Amino acid sequence: MRVTDRLSRGLDAPICLTWELTYGCNLACVHCLSSSGRRDPRELTTEECATVIDDLAQMQVFYVNIGGGEPTLRPDFWELLDHAVHRKVGVKFSTNGSRVTRSSAARLAATDYVDVQISIDGADAATNDAIRGPGSFHVATTAMRHLTDAGFGEFKVSVVVTRDNVGQLDDFAALADSFGAQLRLTRLRPSGRGADVWDRLHVTAEQQRDLYTWLLGHPNVLTGDSFFHLSALGEPLPGLNLCGAGRVVCLIDPVGDVYACPFVLHDQFKAGSVRDDGGFASVWRTSPLFLSLREPDSPGACTSCGSYDACRGGCMAAKFFTGLPLDGPDPECVHGHGEAALLAASGSGRPAVGAGHTRSGPVPVAIGRRPV
Amino acid sequence: MTRYALHPQVGLRDEAFGALAYHYGNRKLTFLNDARLVEVVRTAADHEDIETALNAAGVPEQQRPAFLTALRRLADAEILTCE
Repeated sequence: MRVTDRLSRGLDAPICLTWELTYGCNLACVHCLSSSGRRDPRELTTEECATVIDDLAQMQVFYVNIGGGEPTLRPDFWELLDHAVHRKVGVKFSTNGSRVTRSSAARLAATDYVDVQISIDGADAATNDAIRGPGSFHVATTAMRHLTDAGFGEFKVSVVVTRDNVGQLDDFAALADSFGAQLRLTRLRPSGRGADVWDRLHVTAEQQRDLYTWLLGHPNVLTGDSFFHLSALGEPLPGLNLCGAGRVVCLIDPVGDVYACPFVLHDQFKAGSVRDDGGFASVWRTSPLFLSLREPDSPGACTSCGSYDACRGGCMAAKFFTGLPLDGPDPECVHGHGEAALLAASGSGRPAVGAGHTRSGPVPVAIGRRPV
Repeated sequence: MTRYALHPQVGLRDEAFGALAYHYGNRKLTFLNDARLVEVVRTAADHEDIETALNAAGVPEQQRPAFLTALRRLADAEILTCE
């Protein structure tokens, strides 16, 4: 049996687990998957978080991707990081860089089992700040400088590819190189606030072809298997090329709810809560949703397409939030089947997405920074 | 004589198909698709050399070349250390 077939039946524990520690964020990026902004009073307590880490250690989850919101805004962030490392659960955390000071960079550089991912969405301030807010490019690149100066090694520079920045791929690669970092590119999903901007910002069909060619020429650029729908263009991209939702991937949100993947924060894809009896392990192993996701896929409307083995119908979240059936083509299907389906579905089919934890009122224009 | 041991930075997790090996240093994930290979990898350090480890795991003679190749690849991937 091929590895992908084995993985599609699910594992005893996830390989790639994302844990969003808080809905609090000092930015208000227009495409935020989790509609973050305000903290939620129901967020897991320090003790509850420590129990989750103990459960992950018990399940031999090798590492966890910590995000948010901005995870470093939690006062217990460093304590939880230390606890995870102590339990040999590796941590890769995503940050906008606002709390990566000279001293915290030195602390991170001295810690094994920790990786850092700094997000930017433009290779220059103008392109980036239009998505992530004024001043955010400066803050992110300052954090990168701190990590490089501290000798952290190869941290990640993480970019969500959009219509506006897809022309800057070489610039992103050069920027990451200049800090001794590794570039990571991921796909724009119509999730959270991303639903509001997806029509305007998702890459065009022509840009997708250029992106595919660029990725084939840069196999060391990380993608988190984001772009497996592009494998239908020809030679498969590096990676597993399957949707791992509920099979090898899942998400824990700040209040402890467990979802099939980081891009489907919606009741339909909620498997349970780490606060339930049996904790996270029980949700992973016994939730009816996850068990059903581990059943063989039905190609549905894609049955007659010769590319189905390459793209597997694409991303479940992208389909769901654009109102397309889950057993049909991805909205960004490289053969244009998604576009056709979107035209037929136009408007009425999209699920309602609330404002989530988006802050009301004006978004702060300056980002608070602690003294370095 | 070749003696292998599980690399100190590698975690091994049993799965229905064999095991996953994760290297905390280079952050690479490797699939071990055979239960006996997992047994050999797990116990290699307890034996004087790889032949003894293969004997203990009951690997038949005709499969030895394939196992030795697989083990060499695992050493190249820093899943195993070799002395």
